[in-house]
Amino acid sequence: MNTKHWLRLLAGLFTLTLLAAACGSDDDESSGGADCEVGEIDGDLAMYNWAEYIDEEQLQEFADEYGISYSLDSYDSNEAMQPIVSEGGSGFDVIVPSDYMVSVMISAGSLMLLNYDAIPNSSNLSDDFSNLYFDPEGGYSLPYQWGTTGIAVNTAVVGTDFPRSWGIIFDPAISGQFDGQIQLLNDPRETMGAALKYLGYSMNTTSEDELAEATELVAATAGRLAAFNTDSADEFLTSGETVIAHGYSGDMFVQFLETDNPGDYVYFVPEEGGTRWIDNFAIAHDAPHPCTAHTFINWMYGADQGAALTNWNYYNTPNAAAVAGLDEDLLDFVNDPAVLAGGVDSLEALEDTGDFEVNYSDAFVEAKG
Amino acid sequence: MSKQTSAVEPHGWTKFFLHTNGWLVYFFFYAPILLLVVFSFSDSRNVGTWGGWTLEWYAEFAESRNARSALSTSLQIALVSTVVSVVLGTMSALALERFEFRGKQVFDALLYLPIIIPDVTMAVMLLLFFSQFFELLGTVFGIELAKGVGSITLSHIAFSISFVSVVVRARLAGMDSKMEEAALDLYATRWQAFRYVTMPQILPGIAGGGLLAMTLSLDDVVITQFVTGPGGTTLPVYVFGLIRKGVTPLINAISVVMLVASMLLVVLSLLLERSRSGSGTA
Repeated sequence: MNTKHWLRLLAGLFTLTLLAAACGSDDDESSGGADCEVGEIDGDLAMYNWAEYIDEEQLQEFADEYGISYSLDSYDSNEAMQPIVSEGGSGFDVIVPSDYMVSVMISAGSLMLLNYDAIPNSSNLSDDFSNLYFDPEGGYSLPYQWGTTGIAVNTAVVGTDFPRSWGIIFDPAISGQFDGQIQLLNDPRETMGAALKYLGYSMNTTSEDELAEATELVAATAGRLAAFNTDSADEFLTSGETVIAHGYSGDMFVQFLETDNPGDYVYFVPEEGGTRWIDNFAIAHDAPHPCTAHTFINWMYGADQGAALTNWNYYNTPNAAAVAGLDEDLLDFVNDPAVLAGGVDSLEALEDTGDFEVNYSDAFVEAKG
Repeated sequence: MSKQTSAVEPHGWTKFFLHTNGWLVYFFFYAPILLLVVFSFSDSRNVGTWGGWTLEWYAEFAESRNARSALSTSLQIALVSTVVSVVLGTMSALALERFEFRGKQVFDALLYLPIIIPDVTMAVMLLLFFSQFFELLGTVFGIELAKGVGSITLSHIAFSISFVSVVVRARLAGMDSKMEEAALDLYATRWQAFRYVTMPQILPGIAGGGLLAMTLSLDDVVITQFVTGPGGTTLPVYVFGLIRKGVTPLINAISVVMLVASMLLVVLSLLLERSRSGSGTA
């Protein structure tokens, strides 16, 4: 008899779960932008961000200004964050997904449509960030910080008289005397992409012929390298093991400033172009405090707060109004027009090539020999 | 208990190789730990480049609000989940070892599940469970629950129970149940028999299980990351995030603190075991 009761209870619970799940999917349709006023607060702020990507003092300042409290939790990859937010009921308001992850999360229905009326400061967004491939309408995301992949050079050894081209790595006629002191990233997409750019192709190509050409080029260069390395590219350069390094902008800037003579190093994205990544503000589809989230994003998009964010994490700001407030040593690097030798239009995001992804990793393995 | 030397003690080359093997094993165990500790005092941002002695990284750990709040979250979760799982795990061990009941074998098998299935599988299961269950509570009963420290603690309890139960059962199996029967014969109540006869004898097992549960809770990344919510960043999850930004000696410093803490726990358990077996009847 008892067993029967239990079974009935279980069946009841199961039905309720199904019902709740059904209701849950109805809720998702209503995520068409929150009805919030500028500066409206509807609870405490719960932010889910990459580790060490925002200063807690800044969050505290926001919380104090609006008389609320905040929580900050961190993740170490887009893939760790996505299932938690997509599954629902995460309790997070503001999240910071990278470019490709924004498009993944939009199609999964995991992001809330932004209400731009509540984010007037979004007009501070630089024109370089319009019509982004992962969120063409800009309906779900606003850039948080961005950065590039390029080349860093020790000018104390190499001098300053070199072309701002991928040729400084791939052309022995330019850098032959530095053989054994050059490093490439140990990353199929980045390194094959660099070779593709040098050859004048897109770094998202799905042409086997173009990729074969790039493979040959990387293979020919492999013998002249100190290493294929990703994690220590910046350290190798400043410790003198390499003089020409392939690496990420933010890492390089931080590393330059760690040395006694930062002026000896330059970082640039070659004129042929390079990779640009963008991390973005977004609001979880079921954010418990959507208005606080909008108010927070608007606040962060102010000139002062945008500058404070970048001065703390040393990446690049997408906030045009914030540039004036950046630290001077940061400005020297970031705002130097020579950093983007080919201009913003030469930059490309690494897009998901689907099944062709395997070809990149195979080509890279082949090229490394 | 007196120690006996084996009659077939190895000698000659065999002895040499066995000794060398022993030392090599110790070297592989402890050399990385030693390096980790030494470089936590290095005055250079780059791990692997020695930059002179400094306590800067420990100061940074102490000053970092993120690290401190992650540490206190970790400790809070570890303490609660250990206490609860020790009580439940010991109870289930007693039930399985001492009594016969319907469905015992099913329960026994189910108890091993969290030990056997991969972390990721358990993590995804728990993520789905919490999402659905909290939604159900919200729609049906109007109770709004959010994931976070609570859901992480529950998950840690869920997998710790099995480990505690296994350790306690091993201890129980080696104990003569006649003792309890004798106590009951002499008019002890069930509770008294447990309190004064059974528990003192299985206490080392309970302590061992508890320490195991605490270590597992302090270590866990995969499951924690899946069931996390606002306020739920634990120390290991935070450290993983830091590594993405490059390994600095700050990570060494945090690791050394965790290492010292776990070593204290182990020493404590050894002391406890020793005092027990010293005064024990067996």
